Amino acid sequence: MSHLRRPAPKELQPVSFAFTPENLDKAKKIIAKYPEGRQQSAVMPLLDLAQRQTEGNWVPTVAMDYLADMLEMPAIRVYEVATFYTMYNLAPVGKNFIQVCTTTPCWLRGSADVVDTCKKELGIGVGETTQDGQFTMIEVECLGACVNAPMMQINDDYYEDLTADTTKAILDALKKGEKPKVGPQSGRKGCEPLDGPKVLKAFCGCGAAPQDADASKGDA
Amino acid sequence: MPKLTVDGIEVEVEAGATVLQACEEAGKEIPRFCYHERLSIAGNCRMCLVEMERAPKPVASCAMPAADGMVIKTDSDLVKKARNGVMEFLLINHPLDCPICDQGGECDLQDQAMAYGFDSSRYAEKKRAVKDKELGPIVKTIMTRCIHCTRCVRFSEEVAGVGTMGAVYRGEDTEVGPYIEASINSELSGNLIDLCPVGALTSKPYAFTARPWELKKTDSIDVMDAVGSNIRIDARSSEVLRVLPRINEDVNEEWISDKTRYAIDGLKRQRLDRPYVRVDGKLVPASWDEAFAAIKARVSGLDGKKIAAIAGDTVDCESMTALKDLMGSLGSANIDCRQDGSKVGGPRSSYIFNTTIAGIEEADACLIVGANVRAEAPIINSRLRKRWRATNGDFRVGIIGEKWDPTYKNDYLGAGPETLAEILDGKNDFAKILKAADKPMIIVGMGALNREDGDAVLAATRAIAEKFGMVAGEWNGFNVLHTAASRVGGLDLGFVPGEGCLATNDILDGAAKGAVEVVYLLGADEVDMSKLEKAFVIYQGAMGDAGAQAADVILPGAAYTEKNGTYVNTEGRAQQGWRAVFPRGDAREDWAIVRALSGALDKTLPYNNIDAVRARMVELSPTFASLNVPTKAEWTDFGNAGEMKSDGFMSPVRNFYMTDPISRASVTMAKCTEAFVKDAAAEKVA
Repeated sequence: MSHLRRPAPKELQPVSFAFTPENLDKAKKIIAKYPEGRQQSAVMPLLDLAQRQTEGNWVPTVAMDYLADMLEMPAIRVYEVATFYTMYNLAPVGKNFIQVCTTTPCWLRGSADVVDTCKKELGIGVGETTQDGQFTMIEVECLGACVNAPMMQINDDYYEDLTADTTKAILDALKKGEKPKVGPQSGRKGCEPLDGPKVLKAFCGCGAAPQDADASKGDA
Repeated sequence: MPKLTVDGIEVEVEAGATVLQACEEAGKEIPRFCYHERLSIAGNCRMCLVEMERAPKPVASCAMPAADGMVIKTDSDLVKKARNGVMEFLLINHPLDCPICDQGGECDLQDQAMAYGFDSSRYAEKKRAVKDKELGPIVKTIMTRCIHCTRCVRFSEEVAGVGTMGAVYRGEDTEVGPYIEASINSELSGNLIDLCPVGALTSKPYAFTARPWELKKTDSIDVMDAVGSNIRIDARSSEVLRVLPRINEDVNEEWISDKTRYAIDGLKRQRLDRPYVRVDGKLVPASWDEAFAAIKARVSGLDGKKIAAIAGDTVDCESMTALKDLMGSLGSANIDCRQDGSKVGGPRSSYIFNTTIAGIEEADACLIVGANVRAEAPIINSRLRKRWRATNGDFRVGIIGEKWDPTYKNDYLGAGPETLAEILDGKNDFAKILKAADKPMIIVGMGALNREDGDAVLAATRAIAEKFGMVAGEWNGFNVLHTAASRVGGLDLGFVPGEGCLATNDILDGAAKGAVEVVYLLGADEVDMSKLEKAFVIYQGAMGDAGAQAADVILPGAAYTEKNGTYVNTEGRAQQGWRAVFPRGDAREDWAIVRALSGALDKTLPYNNIDAVRARMVELSPTFASLNVPTKAEWTDFGNAGEMKSDGFMSPVRNFYMTDPISRASVTMAKCTEAFVKDAAAEKVA
């Protein structure tokens, strides 16, 4: 199990946590979505909010305690949620948090190359952070983008249809502080077929009219 | 009420019952790990699978509501195969360390593996290992053995009310524990050990001590508080090794407090196992005859008014009866069973827990006056919490006295008598809650009654009970919470000063002045011994505590585990405990010591066996005629309205873990004090 799924050592844990005024405002709005007395249901969005606010993109123990107080629930119930869901980091990560999918479809489509490229380019192993704190790379299970396999998630963005070269390009751009193009790197749009659309071509303005009998037959 | 068929047997169960309960109704045993009658249903161990007609696969009977017309099979091949599968999964990661596991011999997993396990494993993979958790001085953990039934998680959340335990991480990495290191700061934590179906949570003080089949099991009654928890004492040869709860739905359900469970190691230290007589200022060992002779020399011919007796908090009713009769024959009525000087006594309804403990589950509002119920009677506090949970928080509890954390929502009203007066005048908001309640109750603690103005406080609480309709028809919501196991029994027996005779404080003052020359302390260690320096002190008891140090003659008695005894709990419920082991050395059962002494003083008491003593007890009070049921007390007038002082009520229990000679001598209780009592560290320095 990755160290990100274990509480960070004491020396990394901040001594206190409180939402910024803007985040507190957001938190109140989130809590208001749930019926009176059911405010505990807001624990997941609030954990996310706390993670985004914390330097290093993680949830310190004091933040969980803070939320427990705010939502009037025992702290252990917040710990349970935060430790269960892998989207919450229990220890600090790099500025660019790379999650490479290595589940079967991505693996069949070459996720091992993506992982190797990351290792080579960043000089870190799986679950490690670069010296400068810019990158952390981990392997994750299916992120639900199999049709664009292989893929990786960096912070909130998906980068899909990767090859070793495109992976390197993305990392290079990030190293320079640029923001690479999000989504498929193969040039296709979304998850349409790799060699162009096959159906409803008229609607996307890239082919024969819908009455074209051959086209509809061929795709049936 | 749904009717269903279990293995061809038709049963009818309460609406809302589960299939598992229906199966039990039909006399079928269903294996289970996570299901527990007193906890919420989790349904995660899957051991209770049964076959249900028209269901595509086996169902978990503990979580399936029983419905009309269901056809259940509990002994089909499918069921057997399904349970075998579950067991095989459970054993994938469970270590094969039964020979070194303390749960061995009383392990649910071990037992059920006999019925549903295989003789060998199909798994060659490595078993997972889990780091042990540090949960404090009572619960020992070997978390690799945990099967994630979450009983401990549910218990600590639901019954104990401390959210320490949780199931953290997920999947194969799931661990049960507190996430960040934390001891279980609850007076009920020992029950986790009983609940754990495997050897993950075991008893730290009892670790590697004995196997269950080596132990002699004796039913008894706890004396560490006034609840009268039903216990089972497990002993090997002459040593008491552990205390476990017995189920009594009306008293302790199946929980006991940590003090009840673990103070017994105090019985191994500072014991009085032979008589002593003070010669030239020093206590020297003596024979029984010498001790009796020393007493006779001092008592013979002495005016009864100059003799007094005080009974302690853990003594049995038999010995109080004998001592009361002996004092009577010596012409003294200076006897008191209230060593804290509290102003309880009078009509029976004024000093018992009239509502009864089980009755709490009918109440809809409760006012607690001068009692830290969590420290004084954790079992009663867990009932209050149970009621609060059952009503989804509608059960309102108001607290007057010190601030303490009851583990459920409460309204803190104020510190002392002024708040009491406010409630009585209807000026406090809580008065409205009491007014609106159908079955309101009040709990008055010793913190409110052991003061000089105790009688006035008692009158004020009675007035509140009257004003808010707490006593109406069958319902009596007036309750006194005692802290001493012997107290109600003593009051029922009339172990109180006769007309114009001396009560505890007067006895002590009299002894200091020289008006009282002989003081008989029957297990009484919590009185101010400095006042007894001039008097001739006879101490009878099992523990070498304060009383023994002040004594001129020591008569070694039996601890509660070493005698047959009757105790009356705070509800007025008389219960009998049996002897688990023999008294130490020359020590004897306490009533027999008093009987022998009466012979030596030529005032022979008219009983030769315990049955005769018990017959005498029935003569003294009808309480003892019907055992195990609380006898209802008639609601009468009591208390003397008067001026109340303004000081706040202080609970007499400052440290839950150490309240009597046995728990003060206990190593485990000392460790708990260090771990859990905030002031303990400071006290140590001072």
